[in-house]
Amino acid sequence: MLLGLVLTGSLYSAFAPAQAGSAESNDALVAEGRELFLVSCAFCHGKNGEGVVTVNGTQYGPPLAGVGAAAVDFQVATGRMPMAQPGQQSAVKARIFDEEETAALAAYVATFGPGPAVPNESDYSLEGMSDADREEAISRGGQIFLTNCTACHNFGGNGGAMPRGGQAPSILNTTPEHIYEAMLTGPGNMDSFSNGNISPEEKRDVIAYIETIRNQPEYGGFGLGGLGPVSEGLFGWVVGIGGLVGFAIWIAAHTTRTTKQPSKGADA
Amino acid sequence: MSVDTSKVADSNAGEPATPKKPGKAGAVANWADERLGLAGLAKKNLRKVFPDHWSFMLGEIALWSFVVLLLSGVFLTLWYTPSMGEVEYQGSYNPLRGVAMSEAYASSLKLSFDVRGGLLMRQMHHWAALIFIASMMIHLLRVYFTGAFRKPRELNWVIGCLLLLLGTLEGFTGYSLPDDLLSGTGIRAADGFMKSMPVVGTYMSFFLFGGEFPGESIIPRLYTVHVLLIPGILLALIAAHMLLLVYHKHTQWPGPGRTEENVVGFPMLPVYAAKAGGFFFIVFGVSSIMGGLLSINPIWKFGPYDPTKVTAGSQPDWYMGWPDGALRIMPGWESHFLGVTLSWNVFLPIIVLPGLMFTILLLLPFIESWISGDKRDHHLLERPRNAPTRTAVMVALMTFYGLMWAAGGNDIIAIKLHLSINQITYFMRGAVFIGPVIAFMITRRWCISLQRHDEDKLLHGYETGIIMRSAEGGYSERHLPISETSAYTLTARERNEVYSPNAATDSNGLDEKGGRLDGLRGRLSTLMYADNVQPPTAAEVEAAHHHADDAHELQASLEGHAADGHQFDGHHSVDGENLRGDH
Repeated sequence: MLLGLVLTGSLYSAFAPAQAGSAESNDALVAEGRELFLVSCAFCHGKNGEGVVTVNGTQYGPPLAGVGAAAVDFQVATGRMPMAQPGQQSAVKARIFDEEETAALAAYVATFGPGPAVPNESDYSLEGMSDADREEAISRGGQIFLTNCTACHNFGGNGGAMPRGGQAPSILNTTPEHIYEAMLTGPGNMDSFSNGNISPEEKRDVIAYIETIRNQPEYGGFGLGGLGPVSEGLFGWVVGIGGLVGFAIWIAAHTTRTTKQPSKGADA
Repeated sequence: MSVDTSKVADSNAGEPATPKKPGKAGAVANWADERLGLAGLAKKNLRKVFPDHWSFMLGEIALWSFVVLLLSGVFLTLWYTPSMGEVEYQGSYNPLRGVAMSEAYASSLKLSFDVRGGLLMRQMHHWAALIFIASMMIHLLRVYFTGAFRKPRELNWVIGCLLLLLGTLEGFTGYSLPDDLLSGTGIRAADGFMKSMPVVGTYMSFFLFGGEFPGESIIPRLYTVHVLLIPGILLALIAAHMLLLVYHKHTQWPGPGRTEENVVGFPMLPVYAAKAGGFFFIVFGVSSIMGGLLSINPIWKFGPYDPTKVTAGSQPDWYMGWPDGALRIMPGWESHFLGVTLSWNVFLPIIVLPGLMFTILLLLPFIESWISGDKRDHHLLERPRNAPTRTAVMVALMTFYGLMWAAGGNDIIAIKLHLSINQITYFMRGAVFIGPVIAFMITRRWCISLQRHDEDKLLHGYETGIIMRSAEGGYSERHLPISETSAYTLTARERNEVYSPNAATDSNGLDEKGGRLDGLRGRLSTLMYADNVQPPTAAEVEAAHHHADDAHELQASLEGHAADGHQFDGHHSVDGENLRGDH
């Protein structure tokens, strides 16, 4: 057993030269990430990412072992982490750490335990597919999107309400990379869609569908926020009825009686 | 009709006067009249007089949007396939190509993407539907607030309420036809509502769906209901509604020369034919502009209906929004009885409540006439302020409706205003009960204040904004009498009488035996009328003319002095300057 493990380990390192070659730079990255982590993250997540429990027994910051580099990249690159203030949900804001620092943090957190890595562009790109395959992928992605995503994120990806002030954010401006990571890691209230649940190809198709509806024109005209019948009703009342009542007042204000003032000459 | 005297023969000699040959239009009209007898009908009705006020045109919006609905609806039927048969989409909207869907949804997509003008027609139809029901509702509010529902128009009120109910059902069936995800979710909800009814619910559901939901019958059945059954009844009721309008004659605002016996306004031809006809084109135009510019129900984004799917922002169209709100804020009460679950959480808000509210709406004219005991005909309208309790009742109902409406959009309010959906729900649970009560009290007192203001204007004149100071330093504002026309209009209303159950005596001078509800009627009558400000009597108006004596005293010292200069403020004619009140 032990022999087997040793053998596998040495075989692995022998067949993974690329990683072995970058081991040194990776170590440097991890070290840099640790510095950043201790300054910006450890207050809530603990010095070793073990999480901090409050006196009430609730989580101050969750443990980070096993969240993987993908979770760090998602949370930090979208500006959700570090949090400005505790709340129902970490808000999206301007990112604090640049790409390099984010990569360092991700590398450090990845050392806590095995977790999903940051996806490559090839994971979520339809590059190199034939038009027919691409079209098929998009419509397949649409069906997966409607089954798994729209219940919270709305049919057009405009977002929706979650309990107690939370919200499923609009995904119309989210980068493909972050959508992929969100599916993989399930930030906040979101389910995590593991590769066994939604395969990497299917994740790619969902992203392709989101990109499609994001880029397609509003066929029906101004989209009214894409929120469904509530905004439609609002416009029906304000523009439709408001406008028509305005016209009714206008029509009623014009009678057959002339409103012309008698001219000065005629007066005299 | 003037007689053309130029052709009259001035002697017996020579050529006799001959009439001109009738013009072509006259010949056609004569041909038609001899066969259809139109002249008699036209003579009576073409000059029919209607009074002029913007609020009398709200019902017209409903009529004209119904015409738009008929026209655009006919267009849609030419391509729509009312079938739940499964097909694989091969149309021109790429992201759905190859997806299995019902023929109904596929044909709706075809209408949207492959039929020229189809999407415009779909959107026009949908916008016109929202406008149709909304305009019926504001028309209803106008009729109620002005007291136009009183005798002899109670039955037209009932017909109007039925139109509103049927319009809502018509809208709901139309919403369901495209068979997209939103439609299907709506039908699924309707199925649940039906099944929440004790005992009969499941039978009704199975009967309507031809088996368990969704089955294959619901779309074709709803289609028949949507394009044949309800429009037929709507047309018949609209005809009855308008025939009664012609028979009763239109109500009018009180004013000089306007009585319960006449109608002051303009004739149908040419004035109202032009105004109403023109309004049709405006309604058509507004629907077209909205259909052309504003996206409504983008079915391609919803995808085909599939019971396993749902989307955030699943709401009904606005007119079903308030029962949806009631459903959303209802606590999850259920009881179990001999192995049967009674879902009060669905049954009460969505079956009982709308039925109750509709009954209240239907009975409003009858309740009021019972309380007031007024059995006379009324053709003059009342200003909302002059019926404070009536106005307050409707404002309370509107508040209830509005809060329920807001509750129906609780998720959208939560994300747009960054609120917690739970807290909105808890708030609404209380607000729907407390809000209407507060609205009732505020509106009633507000109306009475406005009545007092009117009384002030009648008795003391209007405020000129001119402040006078006496030599002693006392200040007073100059009031001037309002015009006779305004004074007439303000006083042209009836005094309210509070019903007192014990006051009635029969012909023998004995107390009349009252009904069991007389006590209640008396209390309601007190609530409705006791606090109202009654129009002043002639003697009171006369007496009030001397009230301003102290103001005149203030001015007295000014007599003979130079003008105070206020009359040169540009708002007044300086010619017959008369600010000193030498009446």
